[in-house]
Amino acid sequence: MTAAESRPALWPIPRLDQALEQGEITAIDLVNDCITRIDEWNETLNAFLFVDRQGALQSARESLDRRRAGRSLGPLDGIPFALKDNIVARGMPATCGSRILENFISPYDATLTARLKAAGAILLGKLNLDEFAMGSSNEHSAFGPARNPHDFARVPGGSSGGSCIAVASGMAPLAFGSETGGSVRLPASFCGVVGMKPSYGRISRSGLVAFGSSLDQIGPVARTVSGIALALRAVAGLDPDDATSHPAPVPDYFAALASTLPRMRVGVVKEFLGEGVDEHVRRTMEHALRTMESFGCELQEVSLPHAEYGVSAYYVVASAEASSNLARFDGVRYGYRAKDVATLEELYTKSRSEGFGDEVKRRIMIGTFALSAGYYDTYYGRAMRARGLIARDFADAFAKVDVLASPVSPTPAFRLGDRIDDPLAMYLTDAMTIPANLAGVPAISVPCPVAEGELPVGLHLQAPFLQEERLLRVAAAFEDAAGAAPFPKALAHAGETR
Amino acid sequence: MSWETVCGLEVHVQLSTRTKAFCACEAVFGAPPNSRVCPVCLGLPGALPVLNDRAVDDALLAAMALQCDIARVSIFARKNYFYPDLPKGYQISQYDRPLASGGRVPIDVGGELREIPLVRIHLEEDAGKSLHGEGETQGAESRIDLNRCGTPLIEIVSAPAFRHAEEAGAYLESLRSIVQYLGISDGDMSQGSLRCDANVSVRRVGATELGTKTEVKNLNSIKMVEKAIQVEARRQIEILERGGAIEQATLLWDDRREEVRPMRLKEDAHDYRYFPEPDLMPLVVDEARLDRVRGRLLELPFARRARFVQEYDIPPYDAGVLTASRELADWFEEVARASGDGKAASNWTMGEVLRVLKERGGSIRDFPIAPVRLAALLRLVREGKITGSAAKSVFATMLSTGDAAEAIVEREGLAQISDQSSLERIVDDVIRENASQVETYRSGKSQVFGYLMGQVMKASRGKANPQVATRLLEERLKSGNPA
Amino acid sequence: MVTREQVVHVARLAKLSLNPQEVDRFAAQLGKILDYVEKLRELDGVETDELTHVAIVDTPLRADVPRPSLPREEVLSLAPRADRETILVPPVLEGGGEG
Repeated sequence: MTAAESRPALWPIPRLDQALEQGEITAIDLVNDCITRIDEWNETLNAFLFVDRQGALQSARESLDRRRAGRSLGPLDGIPFALKDNIVARGMPATCGSRILENFISPYDATLTARLKAAGAILLGKLNLDEFAMGSSNEHSAFGPARNPHDFARVPGGSSGGSCIAVASGMAPLAFGSETGGSVRLPASFCGVVGMKPSYGRISRSGLVAFGSSLDQIGPVARTVSGIALALRAVAGLDPDDATSHPAPVPDYFAALASTLPRMRVGVVKEFLGEGVDEHVRRTMEHALRTMESFGCELQEVSLPHAEYGVSAYYVVASAEASSNLARFDGVRYGYRAKDVATLEELYTKSRSEGFGDEVKRRIMIGTFALSAGYYDTYYGRAMRARGLIARDFADAFAKVDVLASPVSPTPAFRLGDRIDDPLAMYLTDAMTIPANLAGVPAISVPCPVAEGELPVGLHLQAPFLQEERLLRVAAAFEDAAGAAPFPKALAHAGETR
Repeated sequence: MSWETVCGLEVHVQLSTRTKAFCACEAVFGAPPNSRVCPVCLGLPGALPVLNDRAVDDALLAAMALQCDIARVSIFARKNYFYPDLPKGYQISQYDRPLASGGRVPIDVGGELREIPLVRIHLEEDAGKSLHGEGETQGAESRIDLNRCGTPLIEIVSAPAFRHAEEAGAYLESLRSIVQYLGISDGDMSQGSLRCDANVSVRRVGATELGTKTEVKNLNSIKMVEKAIQVEARRQIEILERGGAIEQATLLWDDRREEVRPMRLKEDAHDYRYFPEPDLMPLVVDEARLDRVRGRLLELPFARRARFVQEYDIPPYDAGVLTASRELADWFEEVARASGDGKAASNWTMGEVLRVLKERGGSIRDFPIAPVRLAALLRLVREGKITGSAAKSVFATMLSTGDAAEAIVEREGLAQISDQSSLERIVDDVIRENASQVETYRSGKSQVFGYLMGQVMKASRGKANPQVATRLLEERLKSGNPA
Repeated sequence: MVTREQVVHVARLAKLSLNPQEVDRFAAQLGKILDYVEKLRELDGVETDELTHVAIVDTPLRADVPRPSLPREEVLSLAPRADRETILVPPVLEGGGEG
């Protein structure tokens, strides 16, 4: 029996829904499976920062009762999920991977959390991340780095490392991370799971701790595209508590997957297959493109000419917004307050200096600098203009093709410690994912088939604004043609093969 | 060698909406500390602002009333600084694309009407309060109450158009009155619903360039504003006359010592790093909203005052008192219209009504005598049914019993005696009974008339119609005929 | 290139206190990052509008209707230091806030 078959937490969510409805397994079984995996591997992988066993089992019991009474709340009723620790849940910690919020318990639910609870999904706990979502490797957490389940000496990617590890390793069938510059797609690619970023405004940001407000979006992580579709359908849509949430109606993303895909024009992004792309990634990508042709896609080369300015524009805009968003962490009303402070000034500077890690301080300083007197036009103004150009590039490309295809990152998962002392090298990891955040378009990473022992590589697809349906249909077609997401060999028990 | 003071005022008006600018917490004055906060106004991680529809309308109403140009699209911006009463570490305000620009405020400086030009009006949120070490804690800790955080404010920025401190006072009076008339704020400086900072500079008379300005804060009343402008202008003049230069600074007014002193913060703390608020969409004001707001415009204080002078033939001073608040103006006008006698309505309102109101406290809205009832009393006087002095006692009875004037007059038999024959009889009686005074009068001492009139009033128990009685007495005395 | 003075100034604005080694380290790192960001200058001639918001949508404003606030005990329990009614901090300099 394969590892996949024996572990329900690895089953696709639609299959779990069916199994729960028919009584093949119960929500309690499912939660217990997740907890077993967590107990077995979390110490090594450091995916979860907080687990609520009692709460999860209680919710599982309630779900079981509902299903038995024929009163299921929908396909997510009884499905365990976990949240990146920058998404708040009432009564649970929300550390954001930072000392400054080490003991902070949120008194309110994020809209995402509330909608998932209303759908009957079961909150297992909170997941590790780069501190305040600032990072690409999950090495910048104040609570220790997280590890890639395919190779423990490598990073899982970040900042939503915990979210992708949890799904890759069978600790949860569903997780939610967040993106500002690629922080769901990148770890999804590195860990071999499906991770997407919807259009800006598609999922409410109320309760997502703000980093780069004009870029931030919550992103679902699951083992299959169908799981993503179900999750997105349940949580997307206008939220009166988020003035940037989009009023467009939410289509049935899941039902959309059933219809036959028409012939799709796929734009292969020229700028993202140049030099600097690792051999393994390049070969895997080429194979993936052939696969796309095999299910009827028509490939052509497209250009995003201003993509090369993406990293610069992103780091200015995101850091500027972050420098302002993180000003609320001042030791006054909640979170960490330094001891023995005699003056207000000391309260601020000591609490913040002791509470924040280096990467966060770097970004706050870049952002403060970019907005400060005399520098606004030089940095922030220019970055916003570059952003406009990149958005226009996408519009131009989508006039010619239906979706874009490229790698997610130039390399697969790198080794822990490799890029930590070179912030700029770390930032360039996101060069291919960042443009979608700047333009607000939806994008997804779907695992490519790789040989045993090889590191996961994701296929990066991007679609026009609010075209999640199209994006998910193409991704699902690729998944069907390419096969299942790889289970980490390193975690397989004796007697279980991949 | 003479100097000119140049001053501009930044006024913050707290809007009296039910909820805050960006969240649904109640915006009330006087609630227990920290009992009106939520994740949004508390600045909890993940919380987002959503703009209050009514606050937008109220701000637009002010802009329209003050004849501003309204921006169809305006942008919110973050003003970043650290302070314990500012939970997010930034204030949501507006920077280079405010809701309204230009505009003017009418003012009355000692009877002369002028206009002060405005630069802009924009929407922003209020901060909380820090109370100094009272209450339970020992030692010198500050106590933070965040109830006020997020209350909507409009900031009204004037041009540096003030040349005399009294203009500033007139301006603040006018603004207070206007926002109160519009129903968008109490505009009360003592409660903090209207606050003022002054930008003061000086220059030689005839100079065209502005001098370096200082900002003066902590001005809690109109008097303080006027005093501070004078004191600061003098301070600057003294420095300049000594050959020194004015340092741009933010100063605090110390009302006890009547002087300014510098705030103890470093200047570089005031790099606010403004940028467009990413959590809020640009505010688009459409025709439908403008129409709705326009429907709320009404006659403003100065216009109403001018009309009162015209329509009710009362002096400007009286009109000024009566239009001090919209409620009072409305109340007075109801009386005036119902009684058909604006002058009497004015005298009574300014006299008896305001006197009682002052003694008892409370607002004119809750005055125990309804305007129509006072009007009825005035009509009785005008029609000669009761004397002026009887009216005063009827008024007092109306206050204490709540009864209508007519009923009281009837009940107490206070009806004035106006008919000729009754009065003739009384006059004749008085003349007969006061023969020696009559002689004195007829011999040329006309002062005795007062005594005789007094006797007539006494005999009639105060009910003789004074005009008729006077005429009759005069006639009788002249004619020399006894009854 | 970012000087030590600039780092110190920016740190002060952001209420961060850095030791001398940190100042040097951040100066070097920030310098490298900002040098990279200079790339944006290459776009100076290009025609474009500044993008203030990704998609300008007419999202509804909020009706002026109150909703319950957080219970005070909950608010104060979050604070590192509070008395029965207020949050406590070291003495606030008079008039240091803004209008």
